[in-house]
Amino acid sequence: MPDEMGHFGPYGGRFVAETLIAPLAELEAAYTRYLQDSEFVAEFDRDLKYYVGRPSPLYHAERWSRELGGAQVYLKREDLNHTGAHKINNTIGQALLARRMGKQRVIAETGAGQHGVASATVAARFGMQCRVYMGADDIKRQSINVFRMKLLGAEVVPVTSGSRTLKDALNEALRDWVTNVDDTFYIIGTVAGPHPYPAMVRDFQSVIGREARAQCLEQTGRLPDMLVACVGGGSNAMGLFYPFIDDQGVALVGVEAAGDGIATGRHSAPLSAGTPGVLHGNRTYLMQDGDGQIIETHSISAGLDYPGVGPEHAWLKDCGRATYAAVTDDEALAAFHTLTRVEGIIPALESSHALAHAAKLAPTMRRDQIMVVSLSGRGDKDIATVAAREGITL
Amino acid sequence: MHSRIQHRFSELRTARRAGLITFLTAGDPTPAATVPCMHALVRGGADLIELGIPFSDPMADGPIIQRASERALAAGMTLKKVLETVVEFRRDDRVTPVVLMGYLNPVEHWGYESFAEAAHEAGVDGVLLVDLPPEEGDELRQACLARGLDQVLLIAPNSTDERMASVCRAATGFVYYVSVKGVTGGKAVDTTEVKAKVAKLRMLTELPVGVGFGVRTPEQAAQIAGVCDAVIVGSALVEIVEKAGGDTARAATHLQQFVAGLRAAVGAAAAA
Repeated sequence: MPDEMGHFGPYGGRFVAETLIAPLAELEAAYTRYLQDSEFVAEFDRDLKYYVGRPSPLYHAERWSRELGGAQVYLKREDLNHTGAHKINNTIGQALLARRMGKQRVIAETGAGQHGVASATVAARFGMQCRVYMGADDIKRQSINVFRMKLLGAEVVPVTSGSRTLKDALNEALRDWVTNVDDTFYIIGTVAGPHPYPAMVRDFQSVIGREARAQCLEQTGRLPDMLVACVGGGSNAMGLFYPFIDDQGVALVGVEAAGDGIATGRHSAPLSAGTPGVLHGNRTYLMQDGDGQIIETHSISAGLDYPGVGPEHAWLKDCGRATYAAVTDDEALAAFHTLTRVEGIIPALESSHALAHAAKLAPTMRRDQIMVVSLSGRGDKDIATVAAREGITL
Repeated sequence: MHSRIQHRFSELRTARRAGLITFLTAGDPTPAATVPCMHALVRGGADLIELGIPFSDPMADGPIIQRASERALAAGMTLKKVLETVVEFRRDDRVTPVVLMGYLNPVEHWGYESFAEAAHEAGVDGVLLVDLPPEEGDELRQACLARGLDQVLLIAPNSTDERMASVCRAATGFVYYVSVKGVTGGKAVDTTEVKAKVAKLRMLTELPVGVGFGVRTPEQAAQIAGVCDAVIVGSALVEIVEKAGGDTARAATHLQQFVAGLRAAVGAAAAA
């Protein structure tokens, strides 16, 4: 998976305007070539080790596991990466590719700002020009990350069209790319978009799962029983799941954002409550109305506030290899506080969705069972959001 | 069976002039405004109408057509109502070809077979979905062709020779050459580059070649008309509708005047 046209079953593909066909073919050729290139792979591994700080620890959250009274919960600490989230794994890979393709300018879209920061970071390091598109509403929610990107030398462009969030930032980045295809590399931040992005981003992120698999074997002598990760576009989940796909004994659980609750309609859970359609270059589950218009999404977490999801997740859902659940803003917030108080780790609100669902499932499992939860990012960026939500002025 | 599109291009060939294709977003600013504006385009001299299906995420469009889409959706426009608009237009105009232009998702959500049937029944002549390249579009193409609906496809400045050949094989009605790398209403068109690309397309297909994206003025239209079969103008017309601010009579008058100017310029240029 995928097939040569980028299809994961009926999902994925390459649904773009004609002007993007040639650059996507060029990207696919470069990616296919360099994935087999030992020098490229060695440089990527070296950067992950010395620049990102990998491998990230697999941490046994003993106190929290005891409180939950079931499975032993291990946290894959992507929050400890340079820039504070898993996003950097992918932006390093794509920037190395951009450099080999001779592209001097990179663009990116961002929701919570984590991918924007990760893109601005690699652009600074490689001396590339960088422009980040960000929904005007997200800019307000994530002012610290906006400032970080600017410090790193990126130009942050507010997007005021549509719902002024991540999906609109993606539209605007695609418009930039189509206008500047000759010198520009588009660093997509998740496992969505036209082929080859879903497969390429998954491959760059699958270092998460490869490490977790080896670490779990080393620490416990066996594979985990279950993996849990949050799913917006789904890159940290895909990166964790992919190396375990053939391990049928390992349950894969993705957690979407239920916002105010699925029943209210104010959520960001296309796999749980959406239907298949085509957006941003691929066929996948979408939040849409009866006319096929994309509807506004809601989540306390800007990084999960997206109406689509990576096409491989759509496929994993349909074929039953992975299951998907959704947790509300309130549940995610409760998990945010719990982990902070019980383990001394402040998780990102995105990751707090995975933690909230883990807290529901762990007690239903035996004490000798193992659950690995992706702690995809740290929560420093969310402190203002949490304070505001709880009526606290900083 | 000759489609309206084929018939219109053969008339243009006989008249030895390039055609003028005009674009409006259906339902902008209200569903009721569109039919009077379509008739105004025809009175001004439009040879074919492209009717935009509004979409929440118009990725290939510049700000002018994005705003038109937002206005139309805010006024409650849907794909079903776009077809109702064509039905109403057809009561008074049975000859001007109408091509629906938009994005795949509303069509996919409706279902290819039933959409193609409904579009044909409504009097639509062709469909152009910007984000549906031929390799993903076979199923819809079959559904459309079975009902005599043409599937217009795009060629871009960076399409390779091999790619142009395969797109030309899959297209029917006419081929739409996107004259600039960018979104609608963006950069200005470069006539020399267009001329070279159209010459290549002529070797690959018998289909008429329309050229659009970046054509805003009668002068540009005249230049482009000299090197292709039809000039396509969109954002400049949508801007006229926007400036009329909801006054349909005013929008129609200004559209007719502007289109008449384009048509005079296009008519003055000899067909390529």
